[in-house]
Amino acid sequence: MASVNLEKIVKTYPNGFEAVHGVDLEVRDGEFMVFVGPSGCSKSTILRMIAGLESISGGELKIGNTVVNNLRAKERGIAMVFQNYALYPHMKVYDNMAFGLKLAGLPKQEIHERVTQAAQMLEMEHLLDRLPRQLSGGQAQRVAVGRCIVKRPEVFLFDEPLSNLDAKLRASMRVRLTELHRELRERGEPSTAIYVTHDQVEAMTMGERICVLKDGTIQQVDSPTTLYDRPVNAFVAGFIGSPEMNIRNATVVAHDGGLGVELGDTLLPLPASFADVLSNRVGQKVQFGIRPEHIGTPQSVLGAAQHGNLATVKGTFRLREHMGNEVYTYFELGGHEFAARIPTDFAGEIDRAERGQPIELSFIMGKAHIFDLDTGLNLTVAANPLS
Amino acid sequence: MSSSKTMGARPRRRLPSSAEVLRTQRRERISLALRYIILSGVGLLMLYPLFWLLGASFKSNQEIFTTIWFLPKDLTQLLDFSAYYNGWMTRTEFTFATYFLNSFLIVVPRVIVTLISCTLVAYSFARFEYPGKKFLFSIMIGTMLLPPIVLRVPQYLMFKELGMIDTYWPLILPSAFAIDTFFTFLVVQFLRGIPRDMEEAAIIDGCNALQLLWHIVVPLLKPALISVALFQFIWTMNDFIGPLIYISTVEKYPVSLALKMSMDVSGEVDWANIIAISIVALLPSLTVFFLAQRYFIEGATSSGIKG
Ligand SMILES: Nc1ncnc2c1ncn2[C@@H]1O[C@H](COP(=O)(O)OP(=O)(O)O)[C@@H](O)[C@H]1O
Ligand SMILES: [Mg+2]
Repeated sequence: MASVNLEKIVKTYPNGFEAVHGVDLEVRDGEFMVFVGPSGCSKSTILRMIAGLESISGGELKIGNTVVNNLRAKERGIAMVFQNYALYPHMKVYDNMAFGLKLAGLPKQEIHERVTQAAQMLEMEHLLDRLPRQLSGGQAQRVAVGRCIVKRPEVFLFDEPLSNLDAKLRASMRVRLTELHRELRERGEPSTAIYVTHDQVEAMTMGERICVLKDGTIQQVDSPTTLYDRPVNAFVAGFIGSPEMNIRNATVVAHDGGLGVELGDTLLPLPASFADVLSNRVGQKVQFGIRPEHIGTPQSVLGAAQHGNLATVKGTFRLREHMGNEVYTYFELGGHEFAARIPTDFAGEIDRAERGQPIELSFIMGKAHIFDLDTGLNLTVAANPLS
Repeated sequence: MSSSKTMGARPRRRLPSSAEVLRTQRRERISLALRYIILSGVGLLMLYPLFWLLGASFKSNQEIFTTIWFLPKDLTQLLDFSAYYNGWMTRTEFTFATYFLNSFLIVVPRVIVTLISCTLVAYSFARFEYPGKKFLFSIMIGTMLLPPIVLRVPQYLMFKELGMIDTYWPLILPSAFAIDTFFTFLVVQFLRGIPRDMEEAAIIDGCNALQLLWHIVVPLLKPALISVALFQFIWTMNDFIGPLIYISTVEKYPVSLALKMSMDVSGEVDWANIIAISIVALLPSLTVFFLAQRYFIEGATSSGIKG
């Protein structure tokens, strides 16, 4: 049993800077939790407080049922992988992995067993005799993970472990780490993991739940799909997904017995499900958000018709980026710039469009979001369907 | 296949004028040769006094003072090592074996205590937060600016009070308190350049502060500590003023004092003997330097940081 419980955790650095403002979070036993947020949002600070590398200024931190605020790092049952791997440069890989166990006074035989087992699991038996400087980035990273596994910790902590690797290696390591976590869990070994990253792709692909942070406060904790479909505010909506969600200022207006949003000279009708939450906002300014993949050509969105009203409008073509299976299309509508992700097979006239040419685009309005202009809160969060 | 087409086209297109390549290569070789000639010339000029010294140990007094050419006129003299023997035996009752031993009795303990004290002090300055740290550090840097001579008198009086005059303690003890500020500063700067990740990983692995120092920090500091040991060795070996002030018994003289003493003897001096023995006196420092050189090159922060 090793859940991790944060209750009103506060961190104030010695220079008086308050980096974490009362964070409440429960990481369940065996769960793979990802902390994601832009650089400087205190992801590492929280992780380091859990690890015992930073003191906790306020609140209570529990690992399992024990309050660990005042326990030293080695008494907390955690292991950590650092961004720079932090291997001991003067020790061979074997000794790097065995170091913690030796300090803990385990018998030689057991140390040997654990190290070889972990090395097998990570397919790095041939590296055991090398020094860290003789390893490639990906190998060093595996050793760093191995050094954690041998300790059989209750909780694994990762601080941006993949960000020093090139894109290809990063993608494959992502899969390996996820597999490793499932493998440990299936074997019944403790496997609670907290993984810090600034990369939303890593977060979406690896996390069972994701905790989105901004400026030392939690914005939302949810599964990847919920986060994607029902972001609680404009920050989360903008941070998750690539290219970014289009979030533009608009005005709520009455339209055709229902509601709509007005962007400059363009009116987009809103689905009936939004009527309840927005009826008292007619005439007010809001933020209108829609993901690029929910804008298409009339042909490409046909299949999405069940999500409610499609709105087909004329935009002004600006630029396209061919991504192979998709065309990222940038166009102007009502004085705002929008991005759309359109499957190449359906791109049609967009494939040949000239800059400034009018093109026809369809918005899947059932997938749109309306955010409060000032607070950024998602007003339509309950009305958005889950995919 | 489209690739075979391009491959077929290659050989027919002549490589961009191989004559031009040859010309460039020749130009580069000439400029390289020129650079080597100039640098070797300057290098030789700087080393000439050393060659002369070596040659002079085989010359007679008369020849030493009249020729600038480094080889003796009569080359068979090069087989006559009597100057080395005579120099080694000295005119006193002690041979240089005693003086070398004395030197090592000072140098070795001093290097050891320097390493220990420097590491401890630097570790605290570079890795711990405590009140007054900045102030203490600036005081330490401040003492680096003091001319060492300023400390001589109070230090002498202090050691006199302690009854340590004419022992090696005054030459060793100060280093045990990291008084060699320059070395401490060097190690602090070096340590500041090493990321803390490795130490943090070791903390999580269960190290306490001292284990951290011994298992992680000291190995990381190895290149810096080797430099410290090397310089402390050479400087202490060559130190003249220190022993001159504190050591008065000839039996306890280190090499530097003994050398000076051989020159002081009134009457006829065989300079070849003195020159020969000063060459021998250079050997320990040179040996240590060449042994340590490897580690300078091996480099500092060869940690696991790689892309
Ligand atoms: N030792 C420190 N002293 C003062 N401020 C710090 C210290 N370490 C980090 N910070 C500040 O705390 C904030 C969060 O840092 P960090 O947790 O490293 O962010 P992240 O890992 O999300 O990029 C940043 O604004 C950073 O400048
Ligand atoms: Mg960070």
